[in-house]
Amino acid sequence: MAVAAGTRAPEFSLARAEGAPFTRDDLLGETTVLVFYPFAFSPVCTDQLSLYDELRDEFAARGATLYGVSCDATYSQTAFRKQLGVEIEQLSDFEPKGAACRAFDVLHPGGFPQRALVIVDPDGIVRWSYQAESPSELPGANLIFDHL
Amino acid sequence: MRGPEDAPLVIVYGDYECPFCAALEVRLRARPYRVAFRHFPVRSSHPRAEAAAHAAEAAAVQGAFWAMHDALFDDQGRLEDPHLWARAERLGLDVERFDADRRSAAVADRVRADFRGGVRAGIVTTPTLLVDGRRYSGRTAIDLLTYTP
Repeated sequence: MAVAAGTRAPEFSLARAEGAPFTRDDLLGETTVLVFYPFAFSPVCTDQLSLYDELRDEFAARGATLYGVSCDATYSQTAFRKQLGVEIEQLSDFEPKGAACRAFDVLHPGGFPQRALVIVDPDGIVRWSYQAESPSELPGANLIFDHL
Repeated sequence: MRGPEDAPLVIVYGDYECPFCAALEVRLRARPYRVAFRHFPVRSSHPRAEAAAHAAEAAAVQGAFWAMHDALFDDQGRLEDPHLWARAERLGLDVERFDADRRSAAVADRVRADFRGGVRAGIVTTPTLLVDGRRYSGRTAIDLLTYTP
């Protein structure tokens, strides 16, 4: 199951669209919501990012920034984001594949992220985490708002 | 809300650009339900869904919500502004007032309130039906109406 609430966020390194690293240090100073999703362009992930993106202003008003995390390459994530027309920044766990997902304990045995949500406080402590029962379950945005 | 007052209540979260919602709508019309429709437009999935929802609420200001609702679902391929004006004219609405209302803050707030209410209720996709306290989404919602005797 996903990393437990109350624990410090693990060390990890993800790649931003332009290739720069996004690490635990980038979690400090703001409330972060990591949205782990199985695959770019897959049906449920499409609905999930579209829905959450529609609520970006409301999340920002609550002081939270969302990031999408998958094992897809940065180019795939960027194409996915552009095709959907969403703004949520994407972070790639492509190489070493799934290492950050493993650190957050959300790596599916099939080699892709579980569908999971992790909220990290500005001090780097995990406030709340949720792992969907199956990758086909789309967690409502209310679950995130309930924990902000 | 429409349908017989003593009929079972069905709450529908939908958007006018969603093809599954249109398929559901056809089935709903054939059944004796009391229907409450709530807007759940997600712009990145359906870019004209929000504008169409605003059109329905602007028609509501002139007492023609359901007429516009039906006209939108009946022709989902035509949801651009001139198509909305044409519908308003065909329904006998004051088109100038309709156009002002559909761009108004009051109408936008009404649609957004539906959307936010849906988010709070855990709605994630369209169509979603709420019947007897149970939630049915997507294909499941359509199947429910197809196979219920």
